[in-house]
Order: sequence, then structure tokens, then C-alpha cells
Amino acid sequence: MQRERNGNVTGDERVKVAALVSVGRHPVTGRPRRAEYDARAVEIGLSLATGGGLHLVHAGECSSESEAALRAYLGMGIAAVDMVQQPAGADIVPALESWLRELGPRLVLCGARGETGEASGLVPFLLAERLGWSLVCGLAEVESVDGDSMTVLQALPRGQRRRLKVRLPAVVTVDAAAQPARQSAFGPARRGELQRLDAPVTPDREAQGWTTAPARKRPKRLKIVKATSARDRFKAAAAKAEGGGGQVLTGVSAQAGAEAILKLLREEGVLR
Amino acid sequence: MNDIIRRDPRTEWIARNRLHPEHDAVLARMGGSAPAAQWMGPNGIIRRNPHAVGFIGPNGIRRIDRSGAQTANAGGSARRDAAVAPTRRQIRIETPAFYVAVVADMPGGRLSAHDRDVLGLARQLADGASDGQGAVLLVSFGESREEGLGDAGVDRVVSFTGERFEGYVPEQRVTALGGVERQHEPRHWLFPDSSLGGAELGRRLAVRLGERPATQVWQIAIGECTGRGAAGSMDISRRLPRIVLALPECAEPVSDTTHAAESIAPPAALPQALRRIEDLGAVAVDPSSVALAEAEFILSAGNGIRDWDGFHRAASVLGATEGASRVAVDNGFMPRHRQVGATGTWVTARVYLAVGISGAIQHLQGIQQCDKVIAINTDPGCDMVKRADLAVIADSSEVLAAVVELVEGVRKEQRNAA
Repeated sequence: MQRERNGNVTGDERVKVAALVSVGRHPVTGRPRRAEYDARAVEIGLSLATGGGLHLVHAGECSSESEAALRAYLGMGIAAVDMVQQPAGADIVPALESWLRELGPRLVLCGARGETGEASGLVPFLLAERLGWSLVCGLAEVESVDGDSMTVLQALPRGQRRRLKVRLPAVVTVDAAAQPARQSAFGPARRGELQRLDAPVTPDREAQGWTTAPARKRPKRLKIVKATSARDRFKAAAAKAEGGGGQVLTGVSAQAGAEAILKLLREEGVLR
Repeated sequence: MNDIIRRDPRTEWIARNRLHPEHDAVLARMGGSAPAAQWMGPNGIIRRNPHAVGFIGPNGIRRIDRSGAQTANAGGSARRDAAVAPTRRQIRIETPAFYVAVVADMPGGRLSAHDRDVLGLARQLADGASDGQGAVLLVSFGESREEGLGDAGVDRVVSFTGERFEGYVPEQRVTALGGVERQHEPRHWLFPDSSLGGAELGRRLAVRLGERPATQVWQIAIGECTGRGAAGSMDISRRLPRIVLALPECAEPVSDTTHAAESIAPPAALPQALRRIEDLGAVAVDPSSVALAEAEFILSAGNGIRDWDGFHRAASVLGATEGASRVAVDNGFMPRHRQVGATGTWVTARVYLAVGISGAIQHLQGIQQCDKVIAINTDPGCDMVKRADLAVIADSSEVLAAVVELVEGVRKEQRNAA
């Protein structure tokens, strides 16, 4: 039997976890690489499913470049990655759906959005809807998995966390709040196996009508002063930034001042 | 009284015309209580008061009538007040041809800047249609504390309140949006593509309705939209779909009209959503581990702090992230990575509590994006007090001690009650 290294995971049987991986794009050089968020998802998967409980799948074009990028996932200590072969411009969701139905994992992990193509982040939503599974976005940490539910920490903006109990099977997306992925080792990356699978192809007809271009720089928003007279325009241009009529408490006791401050803090809901 | 100023052009004309037979009588009538612009001094010299010459025109600018007849008229000040407050056009749409639905994030019950931009975009879509005037329908969840919904361009509001929609309940919310879809059949659904919930809710609804949304949209032209793809390195232009997830600054917020923001009843009898996710509540996060740039509540110290132990204690009791002005950092009381301002971190806190900071311009630049600023300072004339929404003019260490005492008192009561 496999070693139970991870104390978080309870239950007698090991959890079957799948991770959807894609080929990323380095933001500066533009070279193919492992996608940042997908690698974080794999990292979480590795901490949950020790010793072969983690299955990786990639759906897309098979070229030497994408293979090199996918080998970076193998270098994280994974024996094999399933490559569902799909041509460019195909809708990969049906292929992934049938692969998932066949495998039947309890948990599917993936990055919040891809780094190439449309990168709309819709794949996990479509899969969860079609499979009828629960969906959680922005996972920070999996606390425990048992039987038919798991407890996770969800990342909120401003560094906050929320604890959720999610019914399994579930699709979970991972973004920058999760723990960074481990380095990819060269030897295991060479030794690992890329299993090519064939699947029926669904062309993405809608996307054929789109026009794509390298990202244009977005125009900076200008401060527009709508004034009817030159005097108003001058006043707006010369005005100092001010809060605009704040309340000033002068000559009050420390106690009264503290009460006023606490009232505002409670109104804003920052005091817990 | 009616505050419309009635002008009599004929008397004004007579007052300007010194040769008119009624000139003197009209001048006597118009004179009123205005100060005399010129008079005979005791030594027989004509004295003039230059300040009393002319009158304040409708734009608030002094106008001088060279005939010397028309001096300051009484209506001037009233007109000036009207000119200062810019008036927005009131718009009320009785029977809209269609709806454009916007689901706002409304963090803390108020519209965020991103929400306002998306509402501006919705306004463009509602007003720019060739087949009639559309209305913007705002869908909000939870208690709303926003008063300026009309100014943001909202015609109708559907708000879902109650325990069912509190916390993290995306499934319930999507069911509610499905109810709105059935009742009003909006032509477009707009969401802010933000991590506060809009991104997730929009994608969930799109999948539920079986529509393909346009994500990360930053520009909309006639029937076309442009959005970012491939991790922001590509622009994708396509036909405008029904569901749009828009980036910040996708459009200008509404600025010259006020809309009705009428509340309409939410759809009755929503189907019960399957609850597969249970919210177990927020987890206490160590505030010192939160990055200063994204902290929600910052307690910031400046040169006016004498009692540093009291300051740190207040920060831990209030659960605030600590910040500092440059002086406090330079003097070695706080680490460099806690510095707020132009040379330090530009913060985005919702509440910024500045203790003993006078508000150098570099510091004020750093807190430009904060919603509420509270200042505790001994100097009532300093710039931070002018910027602050609430300023307490008192000794900082005493006020902080009182705050700590009050908070701890309340916590103790709660513990005893539990």
C-alpha cells in the first residue's frame, strides 16, 4: 500500500484526484511552459493523492513544443500525463467530459484560466454543469477530505479566507492564492510518460468568426471636467484633492472620540 | 417664493439709457438696498466704491455695465448657488423596450468603481439601441447601503435580501438570476469580471443559460466587443454576445443624468437550489501577514505617536494591518515595507485610520484610493484632517487606549453572554 504521508487526508480509501493541465505561455519570452495556475493545481493534487492517486490530463494539439511544456508537469513527480489529442480550433470540453466520466474522480483540480487561446476560464464551469458536480473557485487550501465531502479554504480578495464544506465529486479552480508549485526536475520529466489518446473532435464554430490581434495598450482614463464656464474649469484644475466635508470632532474627550471611530468602523464592517 | 428671476428688459433698457424721460424714476425704483457705487464726499469730491460696481452674472463672474446704472442686483447670489451645484438631468423611463441587466458586486453594500463602470457600459447599451429606449436593471444581493444608485445610471433595482443570499451561496444566486431571466428577459447581462464574485457568478449564469459569454471585455463598439485573451496578451474581437463580463474602466461611469432607480419586486417562488456548498464562515487571518497593498483595514502611525506599544496593541485588538508614514519609518519605529505613500506602498484599504500623521502630499497620494479615512491628530489644521471623513482632534495615545478599552469591553460582554 502507499504511504500515508499526508496527515490531512482521512478515510480508508485514497481519493481519486484528476488535474486538468494546459500548455502555458511565458509572459516575457512567449515560450511554451507549464501553466502557472495549473501547476499550482497539480501541487495541491500531489498533497492530496499520494502514490498514483493523481491523474493528469491535457486536451489539445500534440506538437514537440507542447510536449516539452507538458513534461514540466511530469517533472513534478508524476508518472504519466494523458494527452487527449485535439486539433487546434476544437472545443475540448466534450473530450474532457468523456475522459472524466470514464475515470470517475472524486475531485477535479484545474487552474483558474489558461494562458493561451481564449483563456476565458469557462472550462471548469462547463464541466461542472455538464457532469452535475459542485464547483468552487479560488481554492487556497484543502483542509480535509472525507467520504462524500471536503473542507476547503477559499481565497477572497484582500488576503481573506473562507472555509467551505463542499460535497464531492467537485471541480475546483486554483489561482494565485494557492501555494506555489514545486520546481520541475529534469530526470523525472524525461522518464515520465505522455500517453496519447484519441477522442472525437468537436469543432468550435463560434470562435472561427473572431478576429484576434496582439493586445493593444488600453487607453488611460483621463480626468474629464464637465464645467460650463472657464471659472469652473479653472477651479476644478486648481482644486486640491479633498475628502469633501469630513466630520471634525474638536474638544471632545478621548472616550467620545473613540466611540465615534468605533461607530464608523462598525458601519464599514471592518471590525470583527 | 418662486426662485426664478423675472427680468424686465424694458426697465433695464431704460436704466441704461440716460436720455430716456423715465430714466430717473426707473433708477430710483431699481436702486433698492444696493450699496452706492459713487457719492459726494464731505469735501465736495466724488467718491467711488469699486466693489459695488457691476453685478455677479449667472456664471458667478462680475459683470460691469459701463452705463454705471445697474449695480449689484439682489438675484446674483441665488443664481451663483445654482451655478455651483451642477444639475443632472432627471430621466425616468416608464415603459422600457428592453432591459439590460447588471449584477453588481457591491462590496460592503456600496457600488465599487468597477460596478459604476459596468453600469456606464449598460447605459450605453440601453440608450444606443435603434429599436427603442432600454432600461438598466440592477440586480443586487444583500442589504444595499448605496444611496446614489440613480446617479450611477440605474433605472430599476431588483434586490434579493434575506438569509438565503448571505455568505457564499453561488448556487442560490444563480437560481435567483434565472428567475430574473424568466421574468424580464434582459437583452444583455453584464457582470464585472472581478474576483469579488462577479467573475464567478457571470460564468455560472452563462453556463446555466447555455450562452457563451465574452470575458475580460474592455471595449464595446456597435454590435462588437473586444476582450483580452491568452493571459492578457491578445485582443479578441467578436459579435457582442448576450452575457458580457467586463474589465474595470470598460466605459465611463454615468455623470450627467440621474435615473429613477425604482425598486421592483424580485420574482416570487424561486425554485430551491441544490445546496452542494456550505459556507462555514470567514477564517481569522493574521492581519500582519496580509500585504499592505491589499489590506482592507490599515492602522497607520506617524510622527505624532509617542506610545508605540499602545499602537501595536491597538492594531492587534482592532485586527488591522499596520502601516506607517515615512517619518515613523525613518526614525526606526516601523519597518520599511510598512511605509505608506509615494515612496512606499500605494494602499487600497477600505478604511484607513491615520494616527498622528499630518498628511504630507506624498502620503496623501499613497492613500488616494482609500474609501474612508479616519484621522486622530492634535492639529486641526493639517492636511490629513482636511482629507479625513472623520477626524478626532485629541491626543492619539489616549484615544487609542480608549478604543482598545471599548473593543475589549464589548468582546468580554459577548463572551459572558455566550
